[in-house]
Amino acid sequence: MAVISEPAAAGRRSPFDWLQTILPKLVLAPSFAVTIVCVYGFILFTLYLSMTNSTMMPRLDSWVGLLQYEKLWSDPKWTISLVNLAIYGVLYIGISTAIGLLLAILLDQRIRIEGALRTIYLYPMAISFIVTGTAWKWILNPGLGLDKLMHDLGWTSFTFDWLINGDMAIYTIVIAGIWQSSGFVMAMFLAGLRGVDSDILKAAAIDGATLPQTYRRIIIPLMRPVFLSAFVVSAHLAIKSFDLVMALTAGGPGTSTWMPALYMYSLTFTRNQMGLGAASAVIMLATISAIIVPYLYSELRGGRRD
Amino acid sequence: MLKTYLTATAASLLALTAAAYAPSAAAQAKEEVEVMHWWTSGGEAAALNVLKEQLQKEGVSWKDAPVAGGGGDAAMTALRARVTAGDKPTSVQLLGLSVHDWAAEGVLADLTPLAEKEHWADHIPPAIQAFSTYEGKWVAAPVNIHRTNWLWINKKLLDKVGGKAPTNWAEFEALAKQFKDAGVTPLAHGGQPWQEATTFDAIVVAVGGNDFYKKAFVDLDPEALGSDTMQKAFDQLRVLRGWVDPNFSGRDWNLASAMVINGEAGMQVMGDWAKGEFIKAGLKPGVDIVCVPYPGSEKAFLFNSDQFAMFSLDDKARQDAQLKLASAIESPSFQESFNLVKGSIPANTEVKPDKFDSCGQKSMADRDAFKATGGMLPSLAHGHAAPAAVKGAIYDVVTNFFNSTQSSADAAKALVDAVALAK
Repeated sequence: MAVISEPAAAGRRSPFDWLQTILPKLVLAPSFAVTIVCVYGFILFTLYLSMTNSTMMPRLDSWVGLLQYEKLWSDPKWTISLVNLAIYGVLYIGISTAIGLLLAILLDQRIRIEGALRTIYLYPMAISFIVTGTAWKWILNPGLGLDKLMHDLGWTSFTFDWLINGDMAIYTIVIAGIWQSSGFVMAMFLAGLRGVDSDILKAAAIDGATLPQTYRRIIIPLMRPVFLSAFVVSAHLAIKSFDLVMALTAGGPGTSTWMPALYMYSLTFTRNQMGLGAASAVIMLATISAIIVPYLYSELRGGRRD
Repeated sequence: MLKTYLTATAASLLALTAAAYAPSAAAQAKEEVEVMHWWTSGGEAAALNVLKEQLQKEGVSWKDAPVAGGGGDAAMTALRARVTAGDKPTSVQLLGLSVHDWAAEGVLADLTPLAEKEHWADHIPPAIQAFSTYEGKWVAAPVNIHRTNWLWINKKLLDKVGGKAPTNWAEFEALAKQFKDAGVTPLAHGGQPWQEATTFDAIVVAVGGNDFYKKAFVDLDPEALGSDTMQKAFDQLRVLRGWVDPNFSGRDWNLASAMVINGEAGMQVMGDWAKGEFIKAGLKPGVDIVCVPYPGSEKAFLFNSDQFAMFSLDDKARQDAQLKLASAIESPSFQESFNLVKGSIPANTEVKPDKFDSCGQKSMADRDAFKATGGMLPSLAHGHAAPAAVKGAIYDVVTNFFNSTQSSADAAKALVDAVALAK
């Protein structure tokens, strides 16, 4: 486009033309600067910090090489954090995708009050994780919530004490996370389902495919890009999850529900081990990159082909 | 194309920097103190107001910079950002060893001339001075002393079960059993790491004595940390775990205090800030709520002390205001009125004990008596004994033990490993 307009404009350059070329760049420049410094600049800064012996404040002259990474991998709390992230990540992504898909398929059957139902399922996403965490903390507290309700109703043998049981507490975070996110995943799938070409469905019907067959063989395979998007969105939510853990269990009971983000925050800001905290942040970034970069690569490549 | 982008980018960066510096230029040349703190609850804010009014009489204006929440964690994060940006406040509320951390960064002012003029060294207990000074120079003004090894008992319940305030472990166990038999939760506890550590502090000093506590938590001697005595301390914590109601996880300390107030629980191990809750509920400490040192720890005063650290400033007017602030903080009139509200005792020993309740008076008597015996011991749980990294590592071990079925021997071993890793 630039090549075509060039000869015409060359004849009569005015200040207005100059402004027209420069204005978009001027408007974009501040956000460009902020992104360069505050995102990429600080990523490099964190990487550097992780190789120093910084304690309370950044100490740039205390180079220690990879010592912080050795310390990180010998810290039992980091191991707990990673195991918890694996449990949480797999269950949270898997179950919220399954529930989201199921809800979307059910809603897609042209039922009557679909609009209202869709809103109800989508609402948890409008709430912040802090609120979700606090609400579920009360619901799952044996002295206040579900347990007490069942006892008051006369079902005295009922117990649900996962929140205060170190072995099970991580699963309460999974429950709250799924409650929050499956509606959003449902919305993504619903959009995908509405985009399926009706001619294909008609062709399947003519060939005598039953409804389950249509879904299993045709529609769900067509949802592949939606699966990918849902995975990427929930995977990075899982890795950086901090507020939900903080509000629901604050890492407890004991240290049983620590997660990498909580680890990073505690070490950097409350325990004066900034170097170690930075090292854990770098590992988290590497984990997220391992998921996002291939996704972006495939997306951008796909875009060029169109 | 790329070049225009970069030029525009550089220009906008310059504009941003200029904008950030503009307001600080205008704030100069008048006597003003900016005080960063996390005393935002009603009583604490009222207590600080006394200081504010005192300074305003001297022509110093007060700029409040409260950062609420997290026992100061949030304030410390904000402080880091401000110091990094070169925008230092006049004074910041700090706890324990963090005063030394900031002094080591070279950002604190030297108050020694003022301290010498006002004879701070004579009025402030040596154990507290250790935290207000760095390399022989005064860098902070101590406000108060909290005692953390208190046991609070609901008097009405104590009379009902016919018990008496325990002075040793056997009596403590007997009383807990009496409460249990009467259908009352013996011990109110909040399942947060710092609360478990506060209890463990008191247990360690009760089981091992003052020297052992010092060796383990101040000197961080691996032998003491892994010793049989430490295992006995864990054993005792395990017994206490059995006296707690099932829903303690994550409970705030003031809710645990409320359980003692309304008779759901008999006792609570907590620092003397709990007095504020009791007073608010209309109970009189020493009368309706019995206070005794944690059984076995009568010879120890585990303390934490709030300090106002003074940051080094360039502007002369602000420096003068800073000295007026420091002087006002150490004045007996402020120390008395502040500590009466806060529940702690004054750091300045000139203040008379008359207006304090019997628990406060006991604290003040012990503070003076233990000066010679070495019974003033810094609290580990409140960041006075060991650096934040070690404190955090010990929190993890203690809270893990309390919330699991780990054996005392394993816990002591984990303690040694965790401290070694964090040191």
